[in-house]
Amino acid sequence: MQVSSRRIKGALVVKVEGELDHHTADAVRERLDSLLEDPTIKHIVFDLSQLKFMDSSGIGVFIGRYKVVSQRGGTVSVACVTSQINKVFEVSGLYRIIKKYGSIEEALAGIGGCDE
Amino acid sequence: MNVINEMRLEFPSKSQNESFARVTVAAFAAQLDPTLEEIADIKTAVSEAVTNAIIHGYENTVGIVTVIAKLYEGKIEIEVIDEGKGIEDIEKARQPLYTSKPELERSGMGFTVMETFMDEVEVISAPGQGTRVKLVKYLTSTGGELGRE
Repeated sequence: MQVSSRRIKGALVVKVEGELDHHTADAVRERLDSLLEDPTIKHIVFDLSQLKFMDSSGIGVFIGRYKVVSQRGGTVSVACVTSQINKVFEVSGLYRIIKKYGSIEEALAGIGGCDE
Repeated sequence: MNVINEMRLEFPSKSQNESFARVTVAAFAAQLDPTLEEIADIKTAVSEAVTNAIIHGYENTVGIVTVIAKLYEGKIEIEVIDEGKGIEDIEKARQPLYTSKPELERSGMGFTVMETFMDEVEVISAPGQGTRVKLVKYLTSTGGELGRE
């Protein structure tokens, strides 16, 4: 499991690689929360192109981070979602609070992160 | 309906075995020549059931989780069994968004995911008597290598 991030203006682009389940969720959550200690981060864009598996343990990880940034007036979006993970997102209703984009560029344009 | 092949897996309720269990069941199911989507569905449902056994059944103490998988022509049947604390109210536990552990940032979607990804989900449990979750999936393939024997 690997989490890497880069900052593009007000947005944090986070690439999550590997498998997100109960076993790996704590480590991912801790890493994200330490990144979010920076109060200037408003938006998170997750690059899920290399996330190979996710079950319902991952849902809480996304909802929890959504709560953090929404309090700052920010958003969470996901890009490059593979079909298995898309199905978990759909079933859980995550798309009601998290927007899905085809690419990182589209996601950044969608939140206006490039222009801020 | 005749069982074409079956396997039994036993492992301690450690979270690193969640991945082991779902990958092993998926590899076994591959004998039925399922589609990639069917394999992903099976992996996800097994992961949910095994995670429940570890978190809720044994509450992070160490017990044995047993996974039994049986292959039939066009169908896989999987049982995930723990001898943990059991479920008091099964109907409540199966409701979407219900979680007995909200403090752990659990979503309460485990059973909903199992029900969506599989064709049948049966839960047999009683307080103090452990839990047995039976998952059934019908496959669109014709039975794979074994089915053609």
